[in-house]
Amino acid sequence: MPRQNQIYFDYAATTPLDPRVAHAMQPYFSEEFGNPSSVHGYGQRAEAALEEARQRLAVRLNAQPEEIIFTSGGTESDNLALRGVALAARQDRGAAHLLISPVEHDAVAKTGGQLAEHFGFSLELLPVDEFGMVPPSEVAHRLRPETALVSVILGNNEIGTINPIGEIAAICRGRGIPLHSDAVQSGAYLDLDVEKLGVDLLSIGAHKFYGPKGVGVLYVRRGTPLLPVQTGGNHEAGRRGGTPNVAYIVGMATAFELAQSELKVRTSRLSNLRDQLIAGVLAAIPDAKLSGHPTQRLANHASFVFKGVDGNALLMLLDDAGFACSSGSACKTGDPEPSKVLLALGLTPEWALGSLRVTLGIHTTNEDATAFLNALPQLVQRARSLETV
Amino acid sequence: MSKGKVVVAMSGGVDSSVAAALLQQEGYDVIGMMLRLWSEPGRAASNRCCTPQAMSIARRVAGQLGVPFYAVNAQESFRNIVVQYFLDGYANGGTPNPCLACNRQIRWEFLLERALALGADFMATGHYVRLVRNPDKPVRLFEAADANKDQSYVLHVLNQAKLQHALFPLGELTKPEVRQIAADLKLPAATSKESQDLCFLAGQDYREFLRRHQPQAEQPGPIFDSAGKQLGQHAGLVNYTIGQRKGLGLAAAQPLYVLAKDQARNALIVGFQDELGSRELLTEPVSWLSGSAPRTPFEAQVKIRYSARKAAARVAPLADGRTHVLFDEPVRDITPGQAAVFYVNSEVLGGGLIAGNGTATFVASSLTAEAIPVL
Repeated sequence: MPRQNQIYFDYAATTPLDPRVAHAMQPYFSEEFGNPSSVHGYGQRAEAALEEARQRLAVRLNAQPEEIIFTSGGTESDNLALRGVALAARQDRGAAHLLISPVEHDAVAKTGGQLAEHFGFSLELLPVDEFGMVPPSEVAHRLRPETALVSVILGNNEIGTINPIGEIAAICRGRGIPLHSDAVQSGAYLDLDVEKLGVDLLSIGAHKFYGPKGVGVLYVRRGTPLLPVQTGGNHEAGRRGGTPNVAYIVGMATAFELAQSELKVRTSRLSNLRDQLIAGVLAAIPDAKLSGHPTQRLANHASFVFKGVDGNALLMLLDDAGFACSSGSACKTGDPEPSKVLLALGLTPEWALGSLRVTLGIHTTNEDATAFLNALPQLVQRARSLETV
Repeated sequence: MSKGKVVVAMSGGVDSSVAAALLQQEGYDVIGMMLRLWSEPGRAASNRCCTPQAMSIARRVAGQLGVPFYAVNAQESFRNIVVQYFLDGYANGGTPNPCLACNRQIRWEFLLERALALGADFMATGHYVRLVRNPDKPVRLFEAADANKDQSYVLHVLNQAKLQHALFPLGELTKPEVRQIAADLKLPAATSKESQDLCFLAGQDYREFLRRHQPQAEQPGPIFDSAGKQLGQHAGLVNYTIGQRKGLGLAAAQPLYVLAKDQARNALIVGFQDELGSRELLTEPVSWLSGSAPRTPFEAQVKIRYSARKAAARVAPLADGRTHVLFDEPVRDITPGQAAVFYVNSEVLGGGLIAGNGTATFVASSLTAEAIPVL
């Protein structure tokens, strides 16, 4: 029996599938089920759907269709970007230096870590300011001829901060070093025009913008050397083996079109709601801080730290009170480690352990936000009364 | 109508899973919580409890019942309280029972606090014990119906404030019945066999663990007989338990047994089998379930370790909160650091840690003038 009266405030974790997306996907499960690689009509129709989806995504990204690689989601896109570019850059030009921010999603951070630990790359972390933003000048200082790849997250999953990717990209381009950006959180909130952003690689995942889970894109600018990571058939022009998930790819294309075309309307409503929420929380709760940038942040993203609170206990209390929130980093297992991202902002563990992420979406109403603001102060107080871990 | 909100401490094991299911059937609003306890770095997967596998089973059970489930991190508290208690106990020459500390301070304090913060009226575990509630009277704790599974020994550490909130839905059931219920409800359960090893030892011998975490506790020293004659050298007191016969490295006409550990002299006291039993023991201050000590000595059945048989004794509360226990017959293996728990007609009245077993080394220092029974 599902629990009643839950208000969902975790759109950064995942979003519900838009019914229009579900509808677009429907024919490709049982009717047009063909393998796009097949010669016959079934295959041809599947391939047509696949390539049409590629075209639609390319248009929305302001990219060329052949610059789109379909993956199993944001994590795979990040993996392919880091590993694929790093290995190719070392092979092509002996480059073995990686430059990433300290506030990357684990899909980037741990891939970089593995390349350093097991594959002989040197991994350098860029500094960030107190909002988790990478100063572009710091990228300029740290770029080397042997830098294989720079990777800086666009909209941060934990703290919502939006990095000045355009400026960073201009610096990287000037030095001929490829730049990757993890835009997985940004699909429904930022214009992902790769020319405006200036990136060479960009990761997105469909389920963050009301599409299905398990499907994503890695945009790779033409001419960027990339070694395939998942080898197999000659799918995706030999850059990613594996039969493409046509239904999900079609769903992703539809979801991305909807998200990007409705972007302005959606984000202006959400950012108002977000700002009310932030102001309300900071006004009502002592020893509370906003984490991340006050203005340069994702339109749906509010994140906080509360001093002397066990973040997991607070999530449990919130869930019990009917609010589905998150602490920004995975902690379903009750791990007590303070988030690396929050520590990178200069927060002490006493603050960083008490993190809360509240992310809004299309179904969030003003009443939801009001109910949340009414409930939170007492719950934080109750969490504070608990013996800390 | 709901009978109230209850947090069930789940472990992924069949007992706590069935406890959750039964409470739900009885009409409680059930919430599952699972403690993440400390394990040695790198050994999490072989810990006896709260492994990732156990947690995924507990989650499946909660999912099947349709109840919320939360993992509660108690790793640091567990390390600081329970594991430290274990290390300190050995360092002080005792044989500690860390499950007592865990039940007192982690399960029935740390977790209970979280349950109550969530607005729960009760917390339940899959322990085999029975409670009797009467209005306006203290809650009483009894042994389980299944004598083989009874766990009242470790729960003597509860007090009235905790018992008010406690539910033990398995107390009237036998283990086979619990297994049957789990099978009938098709509850997922771990297949690993039951073990009474300490969870955080992760299958290792406790001595290995002590060696790694408290190497200074392993100091060689003399072995004396009860008359004070040195018979040899021991390898560190932590390696021995009261009643141990093997591994002493001594040659004698009759087998020698460990009688006592004299921490002050870092000496092991050994003797023959007929010296092994003792008719008396002295406890540390006792936790009485009712909240206050009986005013007069009383006849009781006393259990001196989790797996020991109860023995008839006269229990005399002392003015300073301790008790003096006089057994009808000599009892073997009275071990400082374990608890002596007092039962009358299957009811747990209280218990306290064993301070001494009445052998010369203990009695002289323990039974001083102020420790006179109150009458």
